[in-house]
Amino acid sequence: MAAVTTTSRQKLGWGATNLVVIALALIPVLWLASLSFKTPTAILDPSFVPAQWTWGNYTQILSTTQFIRPLINSIGIGLIATLIAVVLASMAAYAVARLRFPGKGVLIGMALLIAMFPAISLVTPMFSIERAIGLFNTWPGLIIPYVAFGLPLGIYTLSAFFREIPWELEKAAKVDGATPFQAFVKVIAPLAAPGMVTTAILVFLFCWNEFLFAISFTSTLASRTAPASLAYFSGSSQFTVPTGPIAAAAVVITIPIVIFVLFFQRRIVAGLTAGAVKG
Amino acid sequence: MAEIVLDNITKRFPDGALAVNKISLDIADGEFVILVGPSGCGKSTTLNMIAGLEDITEGELRIGGKVVNNKTPKDRDIAMVFQSYALYPHMTVRENMGFALKLAKTPQNVINEKVEEAARILDLTQHLDRRPANLSGGQRQRVAMGRAIVRDPSAFLMDEPLSNLDAKLRVQMRTEVSRIQRRLGTTMVYVTHDQTEAMTLGDRVAVMRNGLLQQVASPQELYERPANLFVAGFIGSPAMNFLGGTVEENAIRTGIGDIPLTGRLQQVLSRSGSGRDVIVGVRPENFEDASSVPADVRPHGITFQASIDVLESLGSEKYIYFTQETGSVDAAELTELARDSGRADTGSGEATVVARLDPETRISEGDNAELWVDGRALHVFDPATGQNLTLGDSGSPASSAGPGGGAAPAQADAGAAGQDTGSAAPPPR
Amino acid sequence: MTTTTEAAPGGATTEVAKGRKAPLSEGARAERRLGWLLCAPAVIVMIAVTAYPVGYAVYLSLERYNLELPNAVKFIGLANYGAVLSSSYWWEALWVTVLISVVSVTITLVLGMLLAMVMHRTLFGRGSVRTAALIPYGIVTVAAAYGWQYAWTPGQGYLSAMFNNSAPLTDQFKAIGVIVLAEIWKTTPFMALLLLAGLSLVPEDLQKAAMVDGASGWQRFVRITLPLMKPAILVAVLFRTLDSFRIFDNIFILTGGNNGTASVSILGYNNLFNALNLGIGSAISILIFICVAIIAFVFIKGFGTAAPGTDIGKR
Repeated sequence: MAAVTTTSRQKLGWGATNLVVIALALIPVLWLASLSFKTPTAILDPSFVPAQWTWGNYTQILSTTQFIRPLINSIGIGLIATLIAVVLASMAAYAVARLRFPGKGVLIGMALLIAMFPAISLVTPMFSIERAIGLFNTWPGLIIPYVAFGLPLGIYTLSAFFREIPWELEKAAKVDGATPFQAFVKVIAPLAAPGMVTTAILVFLFCWNEFLFAISFTSTLASRTAPASLAYFSGSSQFTVPTGPIAAAAVVITIPIVIFVLFFQRRIVAGLTAGAVKG
Repeated sequence: MAEIVLDNITKRFPDGALAVNKISLDIADGEFVILVGPSGCGKSTTLNMIAGLEDITEGELRIGGKVVNNKTPKDRDIAMVFQSYALYPHMTVRENMGFALKLAKTPQNVINEKVEEAARILDLTQHLDRRPANLSGGQRQRVAMGRAIVRDPSAFLMDEPLSNLDAKLRVQMRTEVSRIQRRLGTTMVYVTHDQTEAMTLGDRVAVMRNGLLQQVASPQELYERPANLFVAGFIGSPAMNFLGGTVEENAIRTGIGDIPLTGRLQQVLSRSGSGRDVIVGVRPENFEDASSVPADVRPHGITFQASIDVLESLGSEKYIYFTQETGSVDAAELTELARDSGRADTGSGEATVVARLDPETRISEGDNAELWVDGRALHVFDPATGQNLTLGDSGSPASSAGPGGGAAPAQADAGAAGQDTGSAAPPPR
Repeated sequence: MTTTTEAAPGGATTEVAKGRKAPLSEGARAERRLGWLLCAPAVIVMIAVTAYPVGYAVYLSLERYNLELPNAVKFIGLANYGAVLSSSYWWEALWVTVLISVVSVTITLVLGMLLAMVMHRTLFGRGSVRTAALIPYGIVTVAAAYGWQYAWTPGQGYLSAMFNNSAPLTDQFKAIGVIVLAEIWKTTPFMALLLLAGLSLVPEDLQKAAMVDGASGWQRFVRITLPLMKPAILVAVLFRTLDSFRIFDNIFILTGGNNGTASVSILGYNNLFNALNLGIGSAISILIFICVAIIAFVFIKGFGTAAPGTDIGKR
């Protein structure tokens, strides 16, 4: 009897705790969503739920190149940087997890150093360099630093995944008559695929999120990414603050993330914590 | 079908560690050879070198008469079963078994035929379309075997294939492995650290320690005529008991009394003079309840008193344990054996002796019993070199010196096939 | 795989044996070459984007270099550093950055630990809690920052309305409070996930043993859980501290660095794009880099934080 009551009380307690956590995580996002549906007059009303609903903010931002073009830039730059970073990181992580060679420690140290690197320290010199070699305000001008900062993340995550692969399988494949290349393509790569997908998600999230480089190394719509474009939004007239459109744009760039998180939460958690704990 | 010849094979790792030291071994076509030894003795490295998964630092490896040192595993025509089975998790049983044939571009209908035949032999037919994750341990093990059988290779290499199974299944699969090898008649090299597997499976057993070959012989030969302390202690379960002793005139003085020297042993030991320290080895079955020993047998051994600490009755036999002053039995081999089997260090001067008695015995726990030990069955070892002195002059003198103190003296009677001192030739089949 | 085929049938075998006596076997050398080859592209990109620019920044920081006066470029030694270090802007920015880092990391650690405990121990709904917690981690910082900004804008925001139409973003300390709040909301889930991974490494049996030994819940947490989680905690705190030290996005959107809320990153950015001064900007970059190096050094040497991934090399 006593045991039953404690359990139901415990259940209630945990239920309440879970609700608080979920509410704290979601309220700021819901607020943003609410703003994006408010009409310009409703914006000036601080209530959480819009008094008047409208799709106007969305139609406005989705009909101007001011937002569409940065969205395309964000997707393109993010995908290309992710692809390059995952390929390069896979090669390095395979070597780290699998091969013996001097200099491995240096590589790991270097990756660690870059993971801790203050991005602002690069802004001034990179700005100067990119202007000098014509990369300023181009896609490659952002892709290159994104790859460099995505690499440490990729090398850590992937080498943690690679270490989990039973390498006896590679031996078995060789004894079965596979060349080293066949052993990699037919046996190791299918097993490494989940790790690569996870890494790709994390690197893409990083690129999608990045702001400092995005506002420093771009100057026009040619390469400005979506987060940077928010800072340059203008209202319908020069004197209105474009709160509604900004909120709508913020929701648009948040939606892919929420979908990602819903679909890949296990992988994201596995990737984020890989290699970070075992030390 | 092929013979495998290891000619002074050495493996040195990049960090300088010597894993395998000049091993020579002739494995005949169709023979079943076991490589056995404690972990870290180099047996798996040796197998990997035969497979082509590790470089050979020095020496020559021939399969079917051809030097294969620089051949990739692909070109050696061997199949291997791994300890973890190494089944490809993303392929079905059928695909796993057919993978090698597919890589070799065998026509699909031939692959199917061979896979299905192997599945029939191994009783896997109804599991062919499942993934390894959905199989039991025993089934996975059989798939690993099947993957090897399908290839119809010139040799099977097995790396502790049964060690991941539980005890009961292991015994069952042991019989299975033996049956398959006999049926196919393919050369097989089998690595294990389990001396029971070694004793029950192989035509010949090669005992390794610290990268050196200790002795290569048939299981019975290893048991009856171990070349040195290490082999004596490693082969047999429960293990041989070791007591310290001193050579006297016509007897060896030990903690359980003076054991008279007879015949050959007397000749060997008298030459080195009295006062010499030796280690005496007695197998558990060479003890007996003194009261049940017939009067005409008694003079071949001695009787002594022992207080029985523990008695285990297994029905068909009884094991008794008693503590004995062992004298100094300090030998590197024994320390290593103790470490390997998880026993405490034996250097304390006291040790537990195990004896196997007839189930008829009336001795019970706590008794101060009178026991008899058979003096004819003693093994006497040199504490410094570990050599079995009992074998000393039995055969040809040429076979006594080998690296690490006597690889394979017991092979002397196998004929002149083994020219080098360390080489071991297959027995006539 | 070695493919030397000099072993002619018949004789040359002894030579092969001699050739293989070299300290490194062919296979080991091939392995080295492959290792270097596979790492080279990653190393080149990382050096090109970090080491080289930092070296270049050191050089720039020793020059008088204003983009508006391109003809007046001149080597001036350490004068830029002197100018930065004697400026009250730098010291205020450093102080603001340190304050935000210390406060937000401390609170994040406590809340992250609580959240990790909830995710570890909750009886049901673990999946939905984890999904919800991942949303702040995944959301674009800039988007979230706009949400916070509007929430605290008098006449528009629900939070401002809840606190008597206050305008916290116009006051230095209140604005810093809002910035810290935004940081905490965004980074607690990440901290919690790292701590959760550490928490799951603490064997359940140890908890039971301590319970049998009569330890209370708090005692078990302090005596068993925390010591065993120490490595995970230190790694998480190190990363969070360094991340927090380079705070930029939230401040840029929330206050633009006005009202005494500029962090060192904001200062560096403004110097480049408002003052167009490459020399001073580079000197700030180098000083920030030195600060980060000091923090990392203190954590790794002083607290014995195992640099994450160091066990990778042991394989």
